Amino acid sequence: MRWNLLSEFEPILLANIHREHSHTLRVYEEQGGYRSLKRVLADQPREAFRDLIKGSALRGRGGAGFPCGLKWTFLPENHPGPVYFCLNADESEPGTFNNRILMEEDPHQVLEGLILSCYATKAATAYIYLRYEYPLAYKHLQSAIDELYAAGYLGDGVCGSEFSLNIYLHRGAAAYICGEETGLIESLEGRRAWPRIKPPFPAVEGAFRKPTVVNNVETAACVKQIADRGVDWFRSLGTPPDPNNPRDPGSFGPKLYCLSGHVEKPGCYEAPLGITVSELINDFGGGVWKGRKAKAAVPGGISMGLLTADELDCKLDFSGPGKYGCLGLGTAAVVVLDETVSIVDFLHNTCRFFAHESCGQCTPCREGTSWSLKMLDRIRAGQGRLLDLDLLLEIGDFIGIMPGTTICGLADGAAWPIKNAIRKFRDEFEEYIKRTNPTGYMETSPPLALELHSIH
Amino acid sequence: MTNQPAKTETPAGQRVLSDAIVAEIKAYFPRYPTLQAVTLPALHVVNAHLRHVPLQAVVEIAELLELAPAQIQDTLSFYGFFKQDAPHGETRAWVCRSVSCALRGGEEIFAYMCQKAGIEPGQTTDDGKLTLEFGECLGACEFAPCMLAGDTLHKNLTEESAGKFLQSPTG
Ligand SMILES: Cc1cc2nc3c(=O)[nH]c(=O)nc-3n(C[C@H](O)[C@H](O)[C@H](O)COP(=O)(O)O)c2cc1C
Ligand code: SF4
Ligand code: FES
Repeated sequence: MRWNLLSEFEPILLANIHREHSHTLRVYEEQGGYRSLKRVLADQPREAFRDLIKGSALRGRGGAGFPCGLKWTFLPENHPGPVYFCLNADESEPGTFNNRILMEEDPHQVLEGLILSCYATKAATAYIYLRYEYPLAYKHLQSAIDELYAAGYLGDGVCGSEFSLNIYLHRGAAAYICGEETGLIESLEGRRAWPRIKPPFPAVEGAFRKPTVVNNVETAACVKQIADRGVDWFRSLGTPPDPNNPRDPGSFGPKLYCLSGHVEKPGCYEAPLGITVSELINDFGGGVWKGRKAKAAVPGGISMGLLTADELDCKLDFSGPGKYGCLGLGTAAVVVLDETVSIVDFLHNTCRFFAHESCGQCTPCREGTSWSLKMLDRIRAGQGRLLDLDLLLEIGDFIGIMPGTTICGLADGAAWPIKNAIRKFRDEFEEYIKRTNPTGYMETSPPLALELHSIH
Repeated sequence: MTNQPAKTETPAGQRVLSDAIVAEIKAYFPRYPTLQAVTLPALHVVNAHLRHVPLQAVVEIAELLELAPAQIQDTLSFYGFFKQDAPHGETRAWVCRSVSCALRGGEEIFAYMCQKAGIEPGQTTDDGKLTLEFGECLGACEFAPCMLAGDTLHKNLTEESAGKFLQSPTG
């Protein structure tokens, strides 16, 4: 299937968001909402529904792209239970806001997907871990959940079936690391959100030491759409598996792309997986703002790194950004930097974010993120040295679960902007350092601290 | 020019959690298989009422949840979210400093607001009406630069709209 103009793709996940009172049960049911849930509960055994999702090759939308149905099969068979479900609504990756729109404007779509997912995984309790900064999503989700209890869709015997389910909202407290699935679980349990060493994975031992599934909000919405429209529809959208890579499950389905930064029309746009960054910027976003040119773009939230202006033909599917040295698709949140942006400033901003958000458990991440920030501070204060760039790259290459030095992927997300920015824009960094520190840029002796830094 | 309203010392033995607050916290108990999981909800309940979580409240939450106060304090101190020394302003506002907002002038707007309000980042105005803080990505990047004040998202901030907000900050 092909569309002349990508923006003519008819939205599925966003189909209802512009309706008046789109967040209410009444409007949702008028659009056919909860019909699939009733049908599945009435005539599809949970294994069959789980296999349907597995067959769709739906991959998680939270960042890692792990096949959803496959994750569900990691739950131990015949476990006495309980099994917990955590819906990850912590959405804090800079540039990302698609979960917010779904929860604010169409919470019932998310909840129907969540109920179906709990049915498939035998979970009788689900927690929605919602970041604190989403007060409207909180309000709309809570009123939607109240509506569902009143209408018999939740509680004992969902829609008159044998299946019972409770859903609770759990609010975070402004910490990015609570989005990492085991940090989320620790936070839910009432402790500091220190990610756990894996294995065991949550499917085996998660919340309250019981088998637990963690899925993203958009993943749940896709589950609901697959229940409505079937596997063939889902697999008709997106990028098929690479025939040369037997381990590639492909990138199927619709995707919510977030577009922000220096574009004319920032927003959340829906299209099949696999459109290019320039299609997103031009067909949906009205082009780079003020008639300027793009200098670079973040492909999927700042953790994923940076594409240069020459790399904007990068496909936004699960294998696309990796081909350009980026970490991956991440949240498919594209942030555009126009030609006036200093990459030094950009990198300073990402380093500050990760230094602030590192949970501090692993020395390479805690020290690597804070030292990279201190170096960028020093460079911006006109005391940079060329040697700093190699030091920064050393940090970038050394911290993370890829090099195997940390517990969670936050460190990889901190490393990628450093590696991409310096390797792809080294000339600009060198020019900046030479210009702002003309007498000292070749220095190799230990630098004096800008100020005494406190230890966290 | 700081801002810290008088410290809210509690005389020993005087409880700070009212019966209503305690009841609100206890309503969370059936949701979780452990009492410890009620830690964050309890902190939020207290913070919503007192605009901070003083040490005495930590002790009382610990009693309710059958934990050591240190366990509550450990969790609390992990999040930069809960103030302990003094209440935050009647309205608490976070101005986003993450990338999409920074690209559209978020940091400059924040500096402008602090200067106008006569406070440093993180501080509260003398009249106790407003606390201004940096926030990381508020998940509203399509409206950059933006600010969350209480429950209200302020979109596409300009010096003009920020100035208006400062005249009568509400959230
Ligand atoms: C530092 C860090 C932050 C994360 N933040 C989020 C988040 O905010 N939301 C989310 O869904 N996944 C986030 N993830 C990914 C989760 O760990 C997990 O893979 C995901 O929630 C699984 O859901 P999915 O399979 O449906 O994508 C984060 C991962 C890391 C390493
Ligand atoms: S990698 Fe960083 S954020 Fe993740 S557990 Fe280690 S210190 Fe914490
Ligand atoms: S970067 Fe400011 S809201 Fe996302």
